[in-house]
Amino acid sequence: MNLEFSDQQLQLKNEARRFLEDKCPPQAVRAILDGAAPFDRALWKALGEMGFLGVAIPEAYGGMGAGYLELCVVAEEMGRALAPVPFSSSVFLASEFLMLAGSESQKQTYLPRLASGETIGTFAFVEGQGQVTPQSVRTRATGDRLTGSKLPVPDGDIADFAIVAARTGAGADEQSISLFLVDLNADGITRTPVNTVDPTRSHARIEFASAAAQPLGPSGEGWSIITRILDRAAVLTAFEQVGGADRALEMGRDYALERMAFGRPIGSFQAIKHMLADMYVQATLARSNAYYGAWALSTGAAELPEAAATARVSATQAFLHCAKNNIQVHGGMGFTWAFDCHLYYRRANLLAVNLGGLSQWERLLISRLRRRNAA
Amino acid sequence: MNFDDTPEEAAFRAEVRAWIDANAPKHLDAALSEAGFGISPTGFDFRTEARAWQKKKFDAGWACMQWPREYGGQALPPIHQVIWQQEEGIYSSLSRLFGIAHGIVGPTIIRHGSDEQKAAHLPRMANGEESWCQLFSEPAAGSDLAGLRTRAQQEGSDWVINGQKIWTSYAQYSDWGMLITRTDPTVAKHRGLTMFLLDMRSPGVEVRPIKQANGQSGFNEVFFNDVRIPDSRRIGGVNDGWNVAMTMLMNERLVIGLGMPTGFEDIFDLCSNLQTADGPAIDDPTIASKLATWAARSSGLKYTVFRSLSALSRGETPGPENSIGKLVAGSTQQEIAMFALDLQAQSGALVDPAMAAASARFQAMLMRSPGTRIEGGTDEIQRNIIAERVLGLPADIRVDKDLPFNQIPTSARR
Repeated sequence: MNLEFSDQQLQLKNEARRFLEDKCPPQAVRAILDGAAPFDRALWKALGEMGFLGVAIPEAYGGMGAGYLELCVVAEEMGRALAPVPFSSSVFLASEFLMLAGSESQKQTYLPRLASGETIGTFAFVEGQGQVTPQSVRTRATGDRLTGSKLPVPDGDIADFAIVAARTGAGADEQSISLFLVDLNADGITRTPVNTVDPTRSHARIEFASAAAQPLGPSGEGWSIITRILDRAAVLTAFEQVGGADRALEMGRDYALERMAFGRPIGSFQAIKHMLADMYVQATLARSNAYYGAWALSTGAAELPEAAATARVSATQAFLHCAKNNIQVHGGMGFTWAFDCHLYYRRANLLAVNLGGLSQWERLLISRLRRRNAA
Repeated sequence: MNFDDTPEEAAFRAEVRAWIDANAPKHLDAALSEAGFGISPTGFDFRTEARAWQKKKFDAGWACMQWPREYGGQALPPIHQVIWQQEEGIYSSLSRLFGIAHGIVGPTIIRHGSDEQKAAHLPRMANGEESWCQLFSEPAAGSDLAGLRTRAQQEGSDWVINGQKIWTSYAQYSDWGMLITRTDPTVAKHRGLTMFLLDMRSPGVEVRPIKQANGQSGFNEVFFNDVRIPDSRRIGGVNDGWNVAMTMLMNERLVIGLGMPTGFEDIFDLCSNLQTADGPAIDDPTIASKLATWAARSSGLKYTVFRSLSALSRGETPGPENSIGKLVAGSTQQEIAMFALDLQAQSGALVDPAMAAASARFQAMLMRSPGTRIEGGTDEIQRNIIAERVLGLPADIRVDKDLPFNQIPTSARR
């Protein structure tokens, strides 16, 4: 029995933490929050140089050739630092789509550039309010041309290419959906930045007007590929969320130790102690579920669908809970722009919906547990 | 990361499994499988069967494996004990009679006991001749254990005990009890306590089962009326009992269970099978949402235990983070039970296993779970432990900390 990371993996985690403490302190996150730049280019470049963008990409394609467990520990640190870069879009989504469904030539072309950070990729999926279903995908493919509109696309304003879900059939069924790789700098594409609850992560609307597209994976298999990629991303994002939840808990704990009221540190009041204890409980349960997800992801276990949904539900709940109560512990100061509490609150709420909302994953988890029990 | 045993652990597990299969008291299978959620197994003599099972384990070398050999153990790493418990299955409810002796009292005697005390008790705990209870809580000293009032006064080479304990598990089956008493009421409350090894058959000891709110009687009151204990059965120094108690509480936290059930599997089954006007209950999105939260909590607890076991398997000592197990499981059981009754609507009120859904297990869970949230440290005490020992927050302000015990106010009225 060993549900812990190895010493080498923990060493990589430490390296990532030290690197991010140096290159991504809170001021760097605030520079993106308050400034005009959509993301931290210097940090992105440095992450590429350090190899952090290609952790799970094989060496043959320019990556570090480590594995998912290594990527999980890096993801946790990125979440802890609120890194204002397109890590999730480029690493959890675009790179994973290419590795799972890309042709040899697509892999050769894109993966080395994704690993170095020279190219940014993203996933253009959502087209409007509510849960994405095969029916809600209206962007359509005609031959090698796409027409339609995607909103919101994470990092849609800064990405060089997108994996796009588009309709190749008329029906409401999953087989009507296929995937395409689209160069976002080509003709027929209009990109408009949009504001979200978390300004430290940029988003855009992308309009495709007969834009050139190359198929990614077999036609009609888009939905099943997407489902598998979202499971992988759910585990990796859970680590980001666990990292954020832990940091929010620490901030609350540290403030409770230092802030005095009624002649004593507020951390000596049970109302505050118990709130922080409950944050710890949620963060611990989420971490354990994320580790289970990491095991399933790294071993390709048959349990991945339910492990991923469990990790997703647990980590979403934990980060929301910790970010929300971190503000509460801080009192009025927690509601100022100047304190960092709202940055975690914003990120927690963005990550809670970025792969589909909590209730959606809750239903998914239960349907997957039913399937397992029936099997 | 893996869920596999090391080759050595796997070999040990196979050996244990084969032995249990060949030696377990299978005539009790039906009775043992029906117990749970506070319902004690019935239809056989618990004490006799529990002792017989322990003796059999001892003779085969499976008892108290982490203890030193000279006291009946095998000097094996603690992971072996965990593997044993995992394989023991339903028979573990028999072994629970010795849980306090093996997990808490034994290690405390090893740490604080005299050579005579070790020789007298440890081997007999291992072979099942002695079962033990902890005589700690009192009517006026629960969470505030150090406020206990049971008096021990020295008379010659004896101590004379008067007072009362409450919430003592297994007192009705125990041969011995670890008893904490007040020996000096004129000093601060933690400083005037002394611990004794009490023969439960001593004259003046009276055990009375408590009828609990759920109608069962798992706990007891224990009364002491001029009970005499020779000084040779004092463990630790006079007025040093708090120190011994701390060792016991620390060991209590190290007893890693296999995770307390949350009731998730039960409610999942109920929702899968219960038909509503719109189909199975589980198809209702609001029900699925609740189930998912409980599924995630349940799974989180399971893998938190696995992480503790990983630490144990590497030879590390798990810390106070294990406090979360009972804290999460207790309130989840209660939430699940209340929700299960809701789903059963008017029939949710039925408690007869022949009439209520799922053999009335949710009704049993409903009535037992308030106790789970209190016993062995209340939810609030568990949160204090997490806040203080894990997160490093300040201890509560204790207005009675430095007062002599006999000057601490005992009534809220002035």
